[in-house]
Amino acid sequence: MKSEFKASINKALNDANLTGALGKFSEAYKVNRAKAYEGIDFEALRSRVAEAKSSAACHLDEVADTFKKNAEALGAKVYRTKDPQEVKEYILKLAKENGVKSVVKSKSMATEEIHLNKTLLENGISVAETDLGEWIIQLAGQTPSHMVMPAIHMTKEEVSDIFSKEVDERLSTDIPRLVKVARNELRPKFLAADMGISGANIAVAETGSIVLVTNEGNARLVTTLPRIHVALIGVEKLVEKFESVVPILDALPRSATAQLLTSYVSIISGPNPNDDGTLKEMHIILMDNRRTEMAQDPKFKQALQCIRCGSCLNVCPIFRLVGGHVFGSIYTGGIGTILTAWFDELKKSEDIQGLCIQCGNCTQVCPGKLDIPEMIMEIRRRLVLEKGQPLVQKAIFSVVNNRKLFHGMLRAASIAGKPFTSGKFIRHLPLFLSDLTDGRSLPAIADRPFRDIFPEIRQPKQKEKAVFYAGCLIDFAYPEMGVALVKLLNKAGIEVVFPQEQTCCGAPALYNGAYEVAARNAVDNIKVLLKEEAKYVVSACPTCTVALAHEFAKTLDSVGETGWIGKAKELAAKTVDLATLVKRLVDEGRLSFKEGAVLGKITYHDSCHLKRSLNVFEEPRELLQKAGYQMEEMFECDMCCGMGGSYSMKLPEISAPILQRKLHNIKETGAPMVAMDCPGCVLQIRGGFDQEGSAVRVKHTAELLAEQLKD
Amino acid sequence: MYEQFKTRAVGVGAEVHRVATKQDGIDFILGFLKKEGIDDLPGSYAVWAKGTFLEGTQRGGLDAFAGLSFDVTRERASRAKIGISEMTFAVADTGSLVQDQGAVDQRLVSALTEIHIALVPSANIVPDKLSLFTRISPKTSRYIAFITGPSRTADIERVLTIGVHGPERLVIIFVDELGGAKQ
Repeated sequence: MKSEFKASINKALNDANLTGALGKFSEAYKVNRAKAYEGIDFEALRSRVAEAKSSAACHLDEVADTFKKNAEALGAKVYRTKDPQEVKEYILKLAKENGVKSVVKSKSMATEEIHLNKTLLENGISVAETDLGEWIIQLAGQTPSHMVMPAIHMTKEEVSDIFSKEVDERLSTDIPRLVKVARNELRPKFLAADMGISGANIAVAETGSIVLVTNEGNARLVTTLPRIHVALIGVEKLVEKFESVVPILDALPRSATAQLLTSYVSIISGPNPNDDGTLKEMHIILMDNRRTEMAQDPKFKQALQCIRCGSCLNVCPIFRLVGGHVFGSIYTGGIGTILTAWFDELKKSEDIQGLCIQCGNCTQVCPGKLDIPEMIMEIRRRLVLEKGQPLVQKAIFSVVNNRKLFHGMLRAASIAGKPFTSGKFIRHLPLFLSDLTDGRSLPAIADRPFRDIFPEIRQPKQKEKAVFYAGCLIDFAYPEMGVALVKLLNKAGIEVVFPQEQTCCGAPALYNGAYEVAARNAVDNIKVLLKEEAKYVVSACPTCTVALAHEFAKTLDSVGETGWIGKAKELAAKTVDLATLVKRLVDEGRLSFKEGAVLGKITYHDSCHLKRSLNVFEEPRELLQKAGYQMEEMFECDMCCGMGGSYSMKLPEISAPILQRKLHNIKETGAPMVAMDCPGCVLQIRGGFDQEGSAVRVKHTAELLAEQLKD
Repeated sequence: MYEQFKTRAVGVGAEVHRVATKQDGIDFILGFLKKEGIDDLPGSYAVWAKGTFLEGTQRGGLDAFAGLSFDVTRERASRAKIGISEMTFAVADTGSLVQDQGAVDQRLVSALTEIHIALVPSANIVPDKLSLFTRISPKTSRYIAFITGPSRTADIERVLTIGVHGPERLVIIFVDELGGAKQ
């Protein structure tokens, strides 16, 4: 990671205004968005949006042709080009031929993408952004930090300073007054402009219409007052049918700003008369800039389903800490990372792709059904293919691919770590490693890993067997979780089998783009785990469960090892997470808890992979309540804890404040205990409480349930 | 549906009224213009974009009202405090008004002024966008305009502020006497 990138992250993290504003906004957004979607079947709605967009993306060229034909029949001029440079040349030529001296613009990310303003200004044409947020950042000489709220990073004091300079008068920080200043300053520019430039939120092929969605009313003026209207539209805005406008208009305002509808929607089909009686000159530019290539890439085609609502930014635990400018480009956040990798170049995304913690929040709210974390993983994979792995990472993963060496080193670490440990924690590490224990303590490697303890556990022989896949953390740091799992399953009449040759699930390699490494881990584990005759393969780590149940087949497919995919699917079908299995056993009456236990308050932290990849969140809560705990829900219970595997080591400065928020929300419930189902979250949260000397106890659900089994 | 429309529209800051006859509508508007101090001075004008509402009405009081003009130019509209126009449809589930604004005067009076008064036939309330799109089409209407509440922004510190580039007040008058759908 480049040092200037790290510096920009630290600058953002230390900007109290930025993190304060974004933090408050993201909390309010969640509530308001839910309210805006009341009474609407979001899954059905987003399927309609995704289908309409995907269908157009399947044959973009043809749809763009249809649009051109129909819009031109109405009298518009339509220009299609792949090249941003040609867009600028077209607009400049048009401006020169028509003696255009001044331009007013309504919000258009496509014009930002190609830095159109710079070109116009260099050619002596004045340009005014008229969207309030865009005007603020234009005057400030900045780029938008959010695609819907470009100036969300600025305070009213900063805006007041900028406006004061513009109108040459000391203005107060009263927001309605500042808005009036913008109205009064921009009105003459609207009236005088020779050309209006807009984007479009939707372009409809069958009718040749463009749809503009705004709140301020600036797009209505931009498309009405100047005698020439130019609409610059990325081809991803195309839909085939007019009827597709309905689901997009249903979703876009709700997802973008939690509104049922924006103040204004304009559906413009061809040129309309100007107020002097002449017909408006209307030019529509359909810009490609690698969008067609994207549509033809099976992994990235889904990106064209984006309707640019920005909801992925609003729910992102990273974005609300660092804001948009650390992304260093026009498009920000997770979707911005993907668009930058394509519209600029893959290399430009090298640092910023690392910001994604893969929590999956954005996949839950995206109205276009984009899987942004998956596309970012693909970017990682391609970066590794193109540039190779970083040396240190390569060294680590070559060890991970050699189970004996890897496990030998983990054992050695249990001894080597001794000087820094006290109790069950590594308190602090020396030198550059100290960042790793900044804000949380790390668990000491257990004296005896689960693999050494297991052979000593006496189990009754049973017909029904389950293979236990422990994963590295339970095996080497938290063997007690494995012991609890064995106790639970034995009680239900299931014998646990623990194959000693099992190894790392490959998730760390996978999430760093090292697919070849992950694929070898997959093959090693498939061989070992399928060797035993067992009904289940059970894991108490959601990340490992996701690897076994979802990722192995995909990873093998990605690296072309198709011969193993059948076996991977066989393994996936048998794989189950512990909470789901225990719930099933309790429901079947095979497991029960001590009667009448009153264990007091507990709160529950949803782990990212369990909640959003495995869709398990009710089961552990029900089980804990059955065991005698009183559930006290915390605020943002399913927000990432900041662990993210190696994320917390690569970007500890981001991981730490996410953890602090989580610790705060846990403490606010007043519960003395927090349960969770992921050993990685236990590592992060327990380490956080240890570091701050808090008495809150952090437990894996399995341990709490095993304590309460009926004798 | 009227009640649903009203709840939604008021929820986004519009003012909603309902009158029985066209004459009641004219009386309401005359009272409103007086209250807002409309006069024959720049900044105090009112502009009225022509529509079917005025056909066959006694418009004497209107024609004589100083500062109210039916001749809509950009100069006049940009100096007007109040713009009056007819909006064809009301969409109940979002509190929106919809009209074919292909004629530029319709946009000038509803975009440049501080207050927009919209006259709407009570019979033309439709439940949602789906039913709306069975009655208005881009094939026949080249500038379909949706207006939902006043102009707004939250671009400074996410604080909702009314009246950026468009009207800061939207006053909706449903008129029962006006017939059903006209396009």
